[in-house]
Amino acid sequence: MESVKDKCAVVGIGETEYSRDSGRTERSLALEAIKKAIEDAGLRPGDIDGIVKYAVQPETETDLAACLGIRHLSYFGEAGFAGGAGAALVRQAVQAIVTGAATNVVVFRAVNGRSGKRYGRGEVTGRGGRGDAAFSEPFGLIAPGQGAAMSARRHMHDYGTTSRQLGAIAVACRKHAARNPRALLRDPITLEDHQNSRIIYDPLHMLDCCYEADGAGALVITSADRARALKQRPAYIMATVQAAPGGGDGAHDRTETSAKHKVFAAAGVSPGDMDVVQIYDHFTPWVLMAIEDYGFCKRGEGGPFVEGGRIELGGGLPLNTSGGHLSEAYLQGMNHMIEAVRQLRGTSTAQVEGAELVLVDTAAGALILRR
Amino acid sequence: MSGLPLPVIDSDNAEFWAACKRHELVLQRCGQCKTLRHPPRPMCHVCNSMTSEWVKSNGRGRIYSYVITVQPIHPGLVGKVPLATVRVQLEEGVLFTSNVVGCAPDEIRIDMPVEVVFEDVTQEITLPKFRPSRQVEG
Ligand SMILES: [Zn+2]
Repeated sequence: MESVKDKCAVVGIGETEYSRDSGRTERSLALEAIKKAIEDAGLRPGDIDGIVKYAVQPETETDLAACLGIRHLSYFGEAGFAGGAGAALVRQAVQAIVTGAATNVVVFRAVNGRSGKRYGRGEVTGRGGRGDAAFSEPFGLIAPGQGAAMSARRHMHDYGTTSRQLGAIAVACRKHAARNPRALLRDPITLEDHQNSRIIYDPLHMLDCCYEADGAGALVITSADRARALKQRPAYIMATVQAAPGGGDGAHDRTETSAKHKVFAAAGVSPGDMDVVQIYDHFTPWVLMAIEDYGFCKRGEGGPFVEGGRIELGGGLPLNTSGGHLSEAYLQGMNHMIEAVRQLRGTSTAQVEGAELVLVDTAAGALILRR
Repeated sequence: MSGLPLPVIDSDNAEFWAACKRHELVLQRCGQCKTLRHPPRPMCHVCNSMTSEWVKSNGRGRIYSYVITVQPIHPGLVGKVPLATVRVQLEEGVLFTSNVVGCAPDEIRIDMPVEVVFEDVTQEITLPKFRPSRQVEG
Protein backbone atom coordinates (compact mmCIF):
# COMPACT_ATOMS: atom_id res chain seq x y z
CA MET A 1 0.00 0.00 0.00
CA GLU A 2 1.24 3.42 -0.89
CA SER A 3 2.32 5.48 2.09
CA VAL A 4 0.51 8.70 2.88
CA LYS A 5 3.42 9.93 4.97
CA ASP A 6 3.90 13.69 4.64
CA LYS A 7 1.37 13.88 1.81
CA CYS A 8 -0.95 16.20 3.74
CA ALA A 9 -0.63 18.96 6.28
CA VAL A 10 -2.62 20.92 8.79
CA VAL A 11 -2.74 24.44 7.39
CA GLY A 12 -5.36 26.13 9.54
CA ILE A 13 -6.36 26.10 13.20
CA GLY A 14 -9.29 27.81 14.89
CA GLU A 15 -10.83 27.90 18.35
CA THR A 16 -13.58 29.65 20.21
CA GLU A 17 -12.95 30.80 23.73
CA TYR A 18 -13.29 28.05 26.31
CA SER A 19 -15.88 28.67 29.01
CA ARG A 20 -18.03 27.12 31.68
CA ASP A 21 -21.23 28.26 30.00
CA SER A 22 -21.03 29.41 26.41
CA GLY A 23 -24.68 30.47 26.26
CA ARG A 24 -24.54 29.42 22.62
CA THR A 25 -25.47 26.43 20.54
CA GLU A 26 -22.85 23.89 19.62
CA ARG A 27 -23.59 24.76 16.01
CA SER A 28 -22.66 28.36 16.65
CA LEU A 29 -19.45 27.32 18.40
CA ALA A 30 -18.56 24.93 15.57
CA LEU A 31 -19.07 27.57 12.90
CA GLU A 32 -16.93 30.13 14.71
CA ALA A 33 -14.03 27.67 15.12
CA ILE A 34 -14.32 26.47 11.51
CA LYS A 35 -14.45 30.04 10.18
CA LYS A 36 -11.34 30.97 12.14
CA ALA A 37 -9.47 27.88 10.94
CA ILE A 38 -10.31 28.65 7.32
CA GLU A 39 -9.20 32.27 7.73
CA ASP A 40 -6.04 31.14 9.49
CA ALA A 41 -5.20 29.01 6.47
CA GLY A 42 -5.78 31.93 4.12
CA LEU A 43 -8.65 30.13 2.46
CA ARG A 44 -12.33 30.94 2.03
CA PRO A 45 -15.28 28.75 3.00
CA GLY A 46 -15.91 28.07 -0.68
CA ASP A 47 -12.52 26.36 -0.86
CA ILE A 48 -13.64 23.71 1.62
CA ASP A 49 -15.11 20.56 0.09
CA GLY A 50 -14.78 18.08 2.96
CA ILE A 51 -16.00 17.95 6.55
CA VAL A 52 -15.20 15.19 9.05
CA LYS A 53 -16.78 15.16 12.48
CA TYR A 54 -17.00 13.18 15.70
CA ALA A 55 -19.88 10.70 15.56
CA VAL A 56 -21.10 12.14 18.88
CA GLN A 57 -21.42 15.58 17.24
CA PRO A 58 -25.13 16.12 16.59
CA GLU A 59 -24.83 18.83 13.92
CA THR A 60 -25.04 17.47 10.40
CA GLU A 61 -22.49 18.22 7.69
CA THR A 62 -25.34 19.52 5.54
CA ASP A 63 -26.32 22.01 8.18
CA LEU A 64 -22.77 23.28 8.57
CA ALA A 65 -22.16 23.43 4.83
CA ALA A 66 -25.34 25.44 4.42
CA CYS A 67 -24.22 27.97 7.03
CA LEU A 68 -20.73 28.21 5.56
CA GLY A 69 -22.09 28.60 2.06
CA ILE A 70 -20.32 25.49 0.80
CA ARG A 71 -22.20 24.54 -2.35
CA HIS A 72 -20.65 21.18 -3.03
CA LEU A 73 -19.39 18.98 -0.24
CA SER A 74 -17.56 16.17 -2.00
CA TYR A 75 -16.49 14.37 1.18
CA PHE A 76 -18.20 14.02 4.54
CA GLY A 77 -17.48 11.52 7.24
CA GLU A 78 -17.42 10.86 10.93
CA ALA A 79 -15.62 8.64 13.40
CA GLY A 80 -16.77 6.83 16.53
CA PHE A 81 -15.28 6.27 19.96
CA ALA A 82 -16.91 9.37 21.47
CA GLY A 83 -14.25 11.90 22.46
CA GLY A 84 -11.43 9.64 21.32
CA ALA A 85 -12.03 10.10 17.61
CA GLY A 86 -9.44 12.82 16.93
CA ALA A 87 -6.77 10.90 15.03
CA ALA A 88 -9.44 9.04 13.08
CA LEU A 89 -10.80 12.34 11.77
CA VAL A 90 -7.38 13.43 10.58
CA ARG A 91 -6.83 10.05 8.97
CA GLN A 92 -10.14 10.31 7.09
CA ALA A 93 -9.21 13.76 5.89
CA VAL A 94 -5.83 12.52 4.65
CA GLN A 95 -7.40 9.57 2.87
CA ALA A 96 -10.01 11.78 1.25
CA ILE A 97 -7.32 14.18 0.01
CA VAL A 98 -4.81 11.62 -1.31
CA THR A 99 -7.55 9.72 -3.16
CA GLY A 100 -8.88 12.89 -4.73
CA ALA A 101 -12.22 12.77 -2.95
CA ALA A 102 -11.65 16.22 -1.49
CA THR A 103 -9.23 19.11 -1.69
CA ASN A 104 -9.44 21.05 1.58
CA VAL A 105 -11.01 19.28 4.54
CA VAL A 106 -12.24 20.65 7.87
CA VAL A 107 -12.28 18.53 11.01
CA PHE A 108 -13.81 19.93 14.17
CA ARG A 109 -15.30 19.38 17.60
CA ALA A 110 -17.84 21.63 19.29
CA VAL A 111 -19.28 20.78 22.66
CA ASN A 112 -21.16 22.37 25.52
CA GLY A 113 -19.42 19.87 27.74
CA ARG A 114 -20.00 21.78 30.94
CA SER A 115 -23.26 23.68 30.53
CA GLY A 116 -24.83 20.82 28.56
CA LYS A 117 -24.60 17.07 28.94
CA ARG A 118 -21.69 16.08 31.18
CA TYR A 119 -19.38 13.24 30.24
CA GLY A 120 -18.20 13.15 33.83
CA ARG A 121 -21.65 12.19 35.00
CA GLY A 122 -22.15 9.53 32.38
CA GLU A 123 -24.77 11.69 30.68
CA VAL A 124 -23.30 11.04 27.25
CA THR A 125 -21.72 7.61 27.53
CA GLY A 126 -24.31 6.00 29.84
CA ARG A 127 -26.23 3.16 28.22
CA GLY A 128 -29.14 2.78 30.60
CA GLY A 129 -28.10 -0.72 31.61
CA ARG A 130 -28.19 -2.08 28.05
CA GLY A 131 -25.79 -4.56 26.46
CA ASP A 132 -22.50 -4.98 28.31
CA ALA A 133 -23.53 -2.05 30.53
CA ALA A 134 -26.08 -4.40 32.15
CA PHE A 135 -23.02 -5.83 33.87
CA SER A 136 -21.37 -2.60 35.00
CA GLU A 137 -23.83 0.29 35.45
CA PRO A 138 -26.09 -1.45 38.00
CA PHE A 139 -22.97 -1.76 40.19
CA GLY A 140 -22.26 1.95 40.03
CA LEU A 141 -19.81 2.15 37.12
CA ILE A 142 -21.38 5.09 35.34
CA ALA A 143 -18.70 7.57 34.34
CA PRO A 144 -15.48 7.04 32.38
CA GLY A 145 -13.30 8.15 35.29
CA GLN A 146 -14.33 5.25 37.47
CA GLY A 147 -12.74 2.85 35.03
CA ALA A 148 -9.61 4.97 35.06
CA ALA A 149 -9.59 4.78 38.86
CA MET A 150 -9.92 1.01 38.77
CA SER A 151 -7.02 0.67 36.33
CA ALA A 152 -4.95 3.11 38.39
CA ARG A 153 -5.53 1.03 41.52
CA ARG A 154 -4.29 -2.08 39.77
CA HIS A 155 -1.28 -0.22 38.39
CA MET A 156 -0.47 0.95 41.92
CA HIS A 157 -0.74 -2.63 43.15
CA ASP A 158 1.40 -4.11 40.39
CA TYR A 159 4.09 -1.44 40.14
CA GLY A 160 3.98 0.70 43.27
CA THR A 161 2.70 3.74 41.41
CA THR A 162 1.50 6.47 43.77
CA SER A 163 -1.18 9.12 43.77
CA ARG A 164 1.56 11.76 44.08
CA GLN A 165 3.05 10.51 40.83
CA LEU A 166 -0.32 10.98 39.15
CA GLY A 167 -0.30 14.41 40.76
CA ALA A 168 2.92 15.27 38.93
CA ILE A 169 0.96 15.09 35.68
CA ALA A 170 -1.69 17.48 36.99
CA VAL A 171 0.98 19.87 38.26
CA ALA A 172 2.80 19.89 34.90
CA CYS A 173 -0.37 20.58 32.94
CA ARG A 174 -1.33 23.43 35.28
CA LYS A 175 2.13 24.93 35.03
CA HIS A 176 1.72 25.09 31.27
CA ALA A 177 -1.86 26.38 31.53
CA ALA A 178 -0.64 29.25 33.71
CA ARG A 179 1.09 30.64 30.60
CA ASN A 180 -1.93 30.17 28.36
CA PRO A 181 -4.62 32.88 28.41
CA ARG A 182 -7.15 30.49 26.83
CA ALA A 183 -6.86 28.00 29.70
CA LEU A 184 -9.75 27.82 32.15
CA LEU A 185 -7.61 26.78 35.12
CA ARG A 186 -4.49 28.91 35.42
CA ASP A 187 -3.64 29.13 39.12
CA PRO A 188 -0.50 27.07 39.73
CA ILE A 189 -0.92 24.00 41.92
CA THR A 190 1.46 21.91 44.01
CA LEU A 191 1.54 18.19 44.72
CA GLU A 192 0.04 19.03 48.10
CA ASP A 193 -2.86 20.81 46.40
CA HIS A 194 -3.37 17.67 44.34
CA GLN A 195 -3.31 15.47 47.43
CA ASN A 196 -5.68 17.80 49.27
CA SER A 197 -8.20 18.07 46.45
CA ARG A 198 -11.31 16.09 47.19
CA ILE A 199 -11.51 12.46 46.24
CA ILE A 200 -14.02 11.83 43.48
CA TYR A 201 -13.57 8.12 42.96
CA ASP A 202 -10.78 6.73 45.10
CA PRO A 203 -7.89 6.62 44.20
CA LEU A 204 -8.55 9.61 41.93
CA HIS A 205 -8.75 13.16 43.25
CA MET A 206 -10.55 16.03 41.60
CA LEU A 207 -7.22 17.25 40.20
CA ASP A 208 -6.76 13.91 38.44
CA CYS A 209 -9.82 14.67 36.31
CA CYS A 210 -10.14 16.84 33.23
CA TYR A 211 -11.95 20.16 33.34
CA GLU A 212 -15.20 19.86 31.44
CA ALA A 213 -15.80 22.91 29.29
CA ASP A 214 -17.79 24.54 26.51
CA GLY A 215 -16.01 25.41 23.29
CA ALA A 216 -14.99 24.37 19.81
CA GLY A 217 -11.89 23.78 17.76
CA ALA A 218 -11.20 23.06 14.11
CA LEU A 219 -8.38 22.15 11.73
CA VAL A 220 -8.06 22.64 7.99
CA ILE A 221 -6.15 19.89 6.22
CA THR A 222 -4.92 19.95 2.63
CA SER A 223 -2.31 18.32 0.42
CA ALA A 224 1.36 19.05 1.08
CA ASP A 225 1.69 20.65 -2.35
CA ARG A 226 -1.11 23.11 -1.73
CA ALA A 227 0.01 23.63 1.86
CA ARG A 228 3.31 25.16 0.77
CA ALA A 229 1.47 27.90 -1.10
CA LEU A 230 -0.74 28.87 1.83
CA LYS A 231 -0.40 31.42 4.59
CA GLN A 232 0.97 29.37 7.50
CA ARG A 233 3.93 27.11 7.97
CA PRO A 234 2.48 23.64 7.29
CA ALA A 235 2.32 20.99 10.00
CA TYR A 236 2.93 17.87 7.94
CA ILE A 237 1.03 14.74 8.89
CA MET A 238 3.62 12.00 9.07
CA ALA A 239 1.33 9.23 10.30
CA THR A 240 -1.98 8.47 11.94
CA VAL A 241 -3.19 5.33 13.69
CA GLN A 242 -6.52 4.22 15.05
CA ALA A 243 -6.71 1.77 17.92
CA ALA A 244 -10.08 0.70 19.29
CA PRO A 245 -10.40 -1.74 22.16
CA GLY A 246 -10.55 -5.42 21.49
CA GLY A 247 -10.59 -8.62 23.48
CA GLY A 248 -13.54 -10.43 24.92
CA ASP A 249 -12.53 -11.36 28.43
CA GLY A 250 -14.43 -8.52 30.08
CA ALA A 251 -11.25 -6.88 31.31
CA HIS A 252 -11.47 -3.19 30.54
CA ASP A 253 -7.82 -2.78 31.22
CA ARG A 254 -6.59 -0.29 28.72
CA THR A 255 -6.72 -2.48 25.65
CA GLU A 256 -7.65 0.69 23.81
CA THR A 257 -4.09 1.92 23.95
CA SER A 258 -2.35 -1.27 22.93
CA ALA A 259 -1.72 -0.56 19.24
CA LYS A 260 -1.08 3.18 19.30
CA HIS A 261 2.71 2.85 19.42
CA LYS A 262 2.55 1.68 15.79
CA VAL A 263 2.35 5.34 14.87
CA PHE A 264 6.14 5.55 15.28
CA ALA A 265 6.84 2.83 12.73
CA ALA A 266 4.32 4.38 10.35
CA ALA A 267 6.11 7.72 10.63
CA GLY A 268 9.59 6.18 10.53
CA VAL A 269 10.63 7.81 13.80
CA SER A 270 11.09 6.65 17.37
CA PRO A 271 9.77 7.89 20.73
CA GLY A 272 13.12 9.49 21.52
CA ASP A 273 12.76 11.76 18.48
CA MET A 274 9.71 13.56 19.89
CA ASP A 275 10.31 17.16 20.93
CA VAL A 276 6.97 17.52 22.68
CA VAL A 277 3.88 15.36 23.22
CA GLN A 278 0.19 16.08 23.66
CA ILE A 279 -1.51 13.17 25.41
CA TYR A 280 -5.25 12.77 25.93
CA ASP A 281 -5.60 13.61 29.60
CA HIS A 282 -9.20 13.03 30.61
CA PHE A 283 -7.70 11.33 33.68
CA THR A 284 -4.10 11.31 34.88
CA PRO A 285 -3.71 7.50 34.97
CA TRP A 286 -4.38 7.26 31.24
CA VAL A 287 -1.53 9.70 30.61
CA LEU A 288 0.85 7.70 32.73
CA MET A 289 -0.12 4.45 31.05
CA ALA A 290 -0.01 6.00 27.58
CA ILE A 291 3.56 7.11 28.26
CA GLU A 292 4.35 3.44 28.93
CA ASP A 293 2.37 2.23 25.91
CA TYR A 294 4.33 4.49 23.57
CA GLY A 295 7.58 3.20 24.99
CA PHE A 296 8.83 6.43 26.53
CA CYS A 297 9.57 4.16 29.49
CA LYS A 298 9.02 0.52 30.36
CA ARG A 299 5.70 -0.87 31.56
CA GLY A 300 5.32 -0.02 35.22
CA GLU A 301 7.90 2.76 35.21
CA GLY A 302 5.50 5.55 34.31
CA GLY A 303 5.28 6.74 37.91
CA PRO A 304 8.96 7.57 38.41
CA PHE A 305 9.15 8.78 34.79
CA VAL A 306 6.70 11.66 35.25
CA GLU A 307 8.32 12.87 38.48
CA GLY A 308 10.90 15.58 38.85
CA GLY A 309 9.79 17.87 36.05
CA ARG A 310 10.60 15.63 33.11
CA ILE A 311 7.21 16.31 31.53
CA GLU A 312 7.33 20.05 32.17
CA LEU A 313 8.59 22.70 29.78
CA GLY A 314 12.38 22.49 29.97
CA GLY A 315 12.24 18.78 30.84
CA GLY A 316 13.07 15.84 28.62
CA LEU A 317 9.51 15.24 27.42
CA PRO A 318 7.33 18.36 27.68
CA LEU A 319 3.70 17.23 27.80
CA ASN A 320 0.41 19.02 27.16
CA THR A 321 1.90 22.44 26.69
CA SER A 322 -1.47 24.21 26.48
CA GLY A 323 -2.52 22.78 29.83
CA GLY A 324 -4.41 19.97 28.18
CA HIS A 325 -7.75 18.62 29.21
CA LEU A 326 -6.77 18.85 32.83
CA SER A 327 -6.29 22.61 32.84
CA GLU A 328 -7.01 24.26 29.49
CA ALA A 329 -10.34 22.66 28.60
CA TYR A 330 -11.74 19.21 27.94
CA LEU A 331 -12.16 19.54 24.21
CA GLN A 332 -11.76 15.84 23.52
CA GLY A 333 -8.45 15.84 21.73
CA MET A 334 -9.14 18.80 19.47
CA ASN A 335 -7.25 21.28 21.64
CA HIS A 336 -4.29 18.87 21.77
CA MET A 337 -4.13 18.71 17.97
CA ILE A 338 -4.33 22.50 17.73
CA GLU A 339 -1.56 22.91 20.32
CA ALA A 340 0.63 20.47 18.39
CA VAL A 341 0.31 22.68 15.31
CA ARG A 342 1.16 25.77 17.36
CA GLN A 343 4.32 24.06 18.63
CA LEU A 344 5.42 23.41 15.05
CA ARG A 345 4.68 27.00 14.08
CA GLY A 346 6.59 28.26 17.11
CA THR A 347 3.56 30.07 18.52
CA SER A 348 2.73 28.12 21.69
CA THR A 349 2.54 29.99 24.99
CA ALA A 350 4.76 27.22 26.34
CA GLN A 351 6.96 26.90 23.28
CA VAL A 352 9.53 24.13 23.07
CA GLU A 353 12.45 25.76 21.28
CA GLY A 354 12.78 24.52 17.73
CA ALA A 355 10.11 21.83 18.08
CA GLU A 356 10.11 19.72 14.93
CA LEU A 357 8.24 16.56 15.86
CA VAL A 358 5.09 16.24 17.94
CA LEU A 359 3.16 13.17 19.03
CA VAL A 360 -0.54 13.65 19.68
CA ASP A 361 -2.44 10.93 21.51
CA THR A 362 -6.19 11.14 20.94
CA ALA A 363 -7.30 8.26 23.19
CA ALA A 364 -8.43 5.91 20.41
CA GLY A 365 -5.59 6.82 18.12
CA ALA A 366 -2.49 8.90 17.60
CA LEU A 367 -0.77 11.09 15.06
CA ILE A 368 2.69 12.48 14.50
CA LEU A 369 3.11 15.92 13.00
CA ARG A 370 6.34 17.50 11.80
CA ARG A 371 7.49 20.94 10.83
CA MET B 1 -37.14 7.14 41.45
CA SER B 2 -33.72 7.66 39.99
CA GLY B 3 -31.59 4.76 41.12
CA LEU B 4 -28.67 3.24 39.31
CA PRO B 5 -29.67 1.75 35.97
CA LEU B 6 -31.06 -1.75 36.29
CA PRO B 7 -29.87 -4.43 33.86
CA VAL B 8 -31.93 -4.46 30.69
CA ILE B 9 -32.79 -8.08 30.07
CA ASP B 10 -32.44 -9.21 26.48
CA SER B 11 -32.14 -12.52 24.68
CA ASP B 12 -28.35 -12.49 25.09
CA ASN B 13 -28.41 -12.32 28.87
CA ALA B 14 -31.86 -13.56 29.99
CA GLU B 15 -30.49 -16.91 31.17
CA PHE B 16 -27.94 -15.18 33.39
CA TRP B 17 -30.54 -13.05 35.15
CA ALA B 18 -32.98 -15.97 35.46
CA ALA B 19 -30.25 -17.88 37.29
CA CYS B 20 -29.57 -14.92 39.59
CA LYS B 21 -33.22 -14.95 40.49
CA ARG B 22 -32.73 -18.56 41.63
CA HIS B 23 -29.64 -17.33 43.53
CA GLU B 24 -27.30 -19.13 41.21
CA LEU B 25 -24.30 -17.57 39.51
CA VAL B 26 -23.81 -18.88 35.98
CA LEU B 27 -21.26 -18.16 33.31
CA GLN B 28 -21.60 -18.46 29.58
CA ARG B 29 -19.41 -21.09 27.96
CA CYS B 30 -18.77 -21.45 24.26
CA GLY B 31 -20.58 -24.48 22.85
CA GLN B 32 -17.69 -25.15 20.49
CA CYS B 33 -14.34 -24.41 22.12
CA LYS B 34 -15.63 -24.25 25.71
CA THR B 35 -14.07 -20.86 26.53
CA LEU B 36 -15.83 -19.07 29.37
CA ARG B 37 -16.88 -15.49 28.88
CA HIS B 38 -18.51 -12.64 30.78
CA PRO B 39 -20.53 -10.50 30.25
CA PRO B 40 -22.80 -12.74 28.16
CA ARG B 41 -22.49 -12.06 24.46
CA PRO B 42 -23.88 -13.65 21.32
CA MET B 43 -20.50 -14.79 20.00
CA CYS B 44 -17.38 -16.48 21.31
CA HIS B 45 -14.41 -14.14 20.98
CA VAL B 46 -12.02 -17.07 20.50
CA CYS B 47 -13.72 -19.23 17.84
CA ASN B 48 -16.70 -17.04 16.82
CA SER B 49 -19.17 -19.80 17.54
CA MET B 50 -22.67 -18.54 18.23
CA THR B 51 -23.68 -21.55 20.27
CA SER B 52 -23.24 -21.42 24.01
CA GLU B 53 -24.23 -23.12 27.23
CA TRP B 54 -24.51 -22.00 30.82
CA VAL B 55 -22.39 -23.42 33.57
CA LYS B 56 -22.64 -22.86 37.29
CA SER B 57 -19.88 -20.82 38.89
CA ASN B 58 -18.74 -21.69 42.38
CA GLY B 59 -19.11 -17.99 43.12
CA ARG B 60 -15.66 -17.61 44.58
CA GLY B 61 -12.88 -15.32 43.48
CA ARG B 62 -10.45 -12.60 44.43
CA ILE B 63 -10.53 -8.84 44.10
CA TYR B 64 -8.65 -7.86 40.95
CA SER B 65 -9.16 -4.13 41.42
CA TYR B 66 -11.70 -1.72 42.82
CA VAL B 67 -12.84 1.88 42.87
CA ILE B 68 -14.57 3.62 45.74
CA THR B 69 -16.92 6.22 44.38
CA VAL B 70 -17.08 9.02 46.94
CA GLN B 71 -18.89 11.81 45.09
CA PRO B 72 -22.43 11.07 43.90
CA ILE B 73 -21.60 11.81 40.27
CA HIS B 74 -24.89 10.29 39.10
CA PRO B 75 -28.37 10.71 40.63
CA GLY B 76 -28.43 6.97 41.20
CA LEU B 77 -25.46 7.26 43.54
CA VAL B 78 -27.07 9.74 45.91
CA GLY B 79 -27.30 8.11 49.32
CA LYS B 80 -25.19 5.17 48.14
CA VAL B 81 -21.70 6.64 48.46
CA PRO B 82 -19.09 5.69 49.37
CA LEU B 83 -19.74 2.80 47.00
CA ALA B 84 -17.15 0.13 46.29
CA THR B 85 -17.31 -1.24 42.77
CA VAL B 86 -15.00 -4.19 42.38
CA ARG B 87 -13.69 -6.31 39.59
CA VAL B 88 -13.55 -9.86 40.86
CA GLN B 89 -11.43 -12.48 39.19
CA LEU B 90 -13.57 -15.58 39.57
CA GLU B 91 -11.86 -18.90 40.24
CA GLU B 92 -13.06 -19.95 36.79
CA GLY B 93 -10.87 -17.14 35.37
CA VAL B 94 -13.21 -14.45 34.11
CA LEU B 95 -13.40 -10.92 35.49
CA PHE B 96 -16.72 -9.94 36.98
CA THR B 97 -17.82 -6.41 37.93
CA SER B 98 -19.91 -6.09 41.08
CA ASN B 99 -20.08 -4.54 44.55
CA VAL B 100 -18.69 -5.72 47.85
CA VAL B 101 -21.09 -5.98 50.77
CA GLY B 102 -20.49 -6.93 54.37
CA CYS B 103 -17.28 -5.00 54.70
CA ALA B 104 -16.37 -1.33 54.81
CA PRO B 105 -14.98 0.07 51.55
CA ASP B 106 -11.66 0.91 53.19
CA GLU B 107 -11.20 -2.72 54.21
CA ILE B 108 -11.17 -3.92 50.62
CA ARG B 109 -7.81 -5.05 49.29
CA ILE B 110 -6.60 -6.41 45.98
CA ASP B 111 -6.39 -10.23 46.14
CA MET B 112 -8.91 -10.39 48.98
CA PRO B 113 -10.96 -13.62 48.68
CA VAL B 114 -14.67 -13.03 48.14
CA GLU B 115 -17.78 -15.08 47.51
CA VAL B 116 -21.06 -14.33 45.81
CA VAL B 117 -24.26 -13.32 47.60
CA PHE B 118 -27.53 -12.33 45.97
CA GLU B 119 -29.50 -9.14 46.42
CA ASP B 120 -33.13 -9.26 45.28
CA VAL B 121 -33.84 -5.82 43.83
CA THR B 122 -37.13 -6.13 41.91
CA GLN B 123 -39.48 -8.91 40.84
CA GLU B 124 -37.26 -9.62 37.85
CA ILE B 125 -33.83 -8.50 38.94
CA THR B 126 -31.51 -10.05 41.47
CA LEU B 127 -27.98 -8.65 41.50
CA PRO B 128 -24.98 -10.84 42.29
CA LYS B 129 -22.73 -9.16 44.83
CA PHE B 130 -19.69 -10.31 46.77
CA ARG B 131 -18.72 -10.47 50.42
CA PRO B 132 -15.43 -11.33 52.09
CA SER B 133 -15.03 -15.07 51.83
CA ARG B 134 -15.94 -17.17 54.84
CA GLN B 135 -14.24 -20.21 53.40
CA VAL B 136 -10.94 -21.27 54.87
CA GLU B 137 -8.32 -20.68 52.25
CA GLY B 138 -6.78 -23.76 50.77
ZN1 LIG C 1 -15.41 -20.60 21.20
